[in-house]
Amino acid sequence: MSRTLERSVPRGQTLSTGRKTVNLFMGFLISLGTLIVVAPLIWIFVYLITQGAASLSTAFFTHIPAPVGEAGGGYLNAITGSLVMLAIAAVIGVVVGVAGGVFLAEFPRHPLMPTIRMLSDVLSGIPAIVVGLVVYSLVVVRFGYSGFAGGLALGLLMIPIVVRTSEEVLKLVPLAIREAGLALGLPQWKVILNIVLPAATSGIVTGVMLALARVAGEAAPLLFTAFGNNLLNLNPGKPMSALPQQIFIDATSGSDSNVTLAKAGSLVLIVLIFLASLAARTATRRR
Amino acid sequence: MTKLLPASASRSANSRGDGVFRTLILGLSLIIIAVFIMSIYLLGRDSLPAIRAFGAGFLTNSVWNPVTEKFGAGPMIAGTLITSFAALVISVPLALASAIFVAEYAPKWLANPVSYLVELLAAVPSVVYGLWALFALKPIIQNFQLSLYTSFPDKVTQCSELRGNGQNSFTCFFFPEAPVGLGLALAIIILTIMILPYTASVARDVIRLVPSDQREAMYALGATKWEVISRAILPFARAGITGGVILALGRALGETLAVAMVIGNVPELAKTFWGSTATMASMIANQFGDAQQALHRSSIVELGLLLFFVSVVVNYTARMLIVKLTPKGIQ
Repeated sequence: MSRTLERSVPRGQTLSTGRKTVNLFMGFLISLGTLIVVAPLIWIFVYLITQGAASLSTAFFTHIPAPVGEAGGGYLNAITGSLVMLAIAAVIGVVVGVAGGVFLAEFPRHPLMPTIRMLSDVLSGIPAIVVGLVVYSLVVVRFGYSGFAGGLALGLLMIPIVVRTSEEVLKLVPLAIREAGLALGLPQWKVILNIVLPAATSGIVTGVMLALARVAGEAAPLLFTAFGNNLLNLNPGKPMSALPQQIFIDATSGSDSNVTLAKAGSLVLIVLIFLASLAARTATRRR
Repeated sequence: MTKLLPASASRSANSRGDGVFRTLILGLSLIIIAVFIMSIYLLGRDSLPAIRAFGAGFLTNSVWNPVTEKFGAGPMIAGTLITSFAALVISVPLALASAIFVAEYAPKWLANPVSYLVELLAAVPSVVYGLWALFALKPIIQNFQLSLYTSFPDKVTQCSELRGNGQNSFTCFFFPEAPVGLGLALAIIILTIMILPYTASVARDVIRLVPSDQREAMYALGATKWEVISRAILPFARAGITGGVILALGRALGETLAVAMVIGNVPELAKTFWGSTATMASMIANQFGDAQQALHRSSIVELGLLLFFVSVVVNYTARMLIVKLTPKGIQ
């Protein structure tokens, strides 16, 4: 490091024009790069808001898709299906994810700790479509396509995210609080359940919300698990539709009225996801 | 932090409750290990017929034909690598620029919204990117291809003759076969946008963590802003940035629906920069549901198994780099 420092010491009192020019030029390039990064995002938003809002109607929320060849219809089946499957995913994600987080944060000397941490990190990078294949051979082969299978796939995707965030927030709970509990004669499990977890609740809720927002947009693992369903179905034992999946089907269908629905669906989906992550963020900030 | 807890803490008065609690937590955590092992087992078991039938040739063979039941993943592996690395090459400088801008240049009132916006890019679902690419980007690419046709009519005939003879040339590689819009180029563009936020947010966090002493020392010596960034900040943040880049690579390799919607999904190598091809993930999404024969299905699952292993290796490397190589004090 010292060698590079010496090299950059200016020889005279004023900066040479060459160095000034390079500095200005790089500053320009960096600002330009940032503009290029932000531009598509703004473009996507403007596109979705203009196109999506134009295709939104009350029928979108209250009707199921129209029969093939007919215009109109809505995403009632997809919206309810998403909600049901996200609820199933949330149960799996919260139970296993928070337990994993507690394990990593509270039992750091357990011999399995490094393995579980590594695997949960690695699992977070497994492509969602591969998770879909796994759930297919685990569940669908025996019980057929169902909302349960879809919820399970989404739940598996949630686990690593929830593990990571709950471990981090649990570690933020001061050691003194645990020691105080133990000094009062509470067993460790009561300290964790009644003192540590409540103190970390808002952080854990944030993590769960972010994980839900993330899997709410996943369609790939649902293709071979929940399969999709054009009828209104609230029974998770049967095939179900979900917002992102219905968008995928309609956007690639080639029918104009379906594409219109897909655009409206994208707007609704993205608004829901942003509201969820915004809520999660403001919840942490207030803490 | 909890390391400081006395070892005897769990052996206090109500140790039975502790035992139950510990077992419960451990049991639920073991599910994470179970999911991992189960994934390898199921994917391995289901791809066994394909592995037996094609062996290592599966990785290199370029024929994917459900009719003759010959399956080789060569084009899909090539498609995955080409799209991912091209997207990486384009996105890394842009991501670095936005990270440096947010951390070093922008005033706070601008830095916060910009970094929040970039993070929102990561929250946009894959299908929505796909839809946008299909209806907003595709027409632009199509028009561009059309203008190539009208501007260079000689090149068109020359290239189509070459291709008729099964040949290609460097310039013809960048000359579209037909103005379809869908294909490799569009997939690369959409992947670039999708992986930007991963590199950008990791790079921004690591750059922010570079000790300010380091910056101040350079400034005190009279260095310009760019000199500070290039000599005091980027070298220090190098390892973390590399980790972020590899993490983005992992995302790109496994990205499915957006790519499946725009790449054309033809199990062949792209003849031109604009041509239709497929990635492993897009192939799984496109064919698994319709695959009738056992061998076809098994071959698709083998694609999934390959993706699984690749993403495990890539993610593990990324985490290791982020954790281990980042200088002490930055973690």
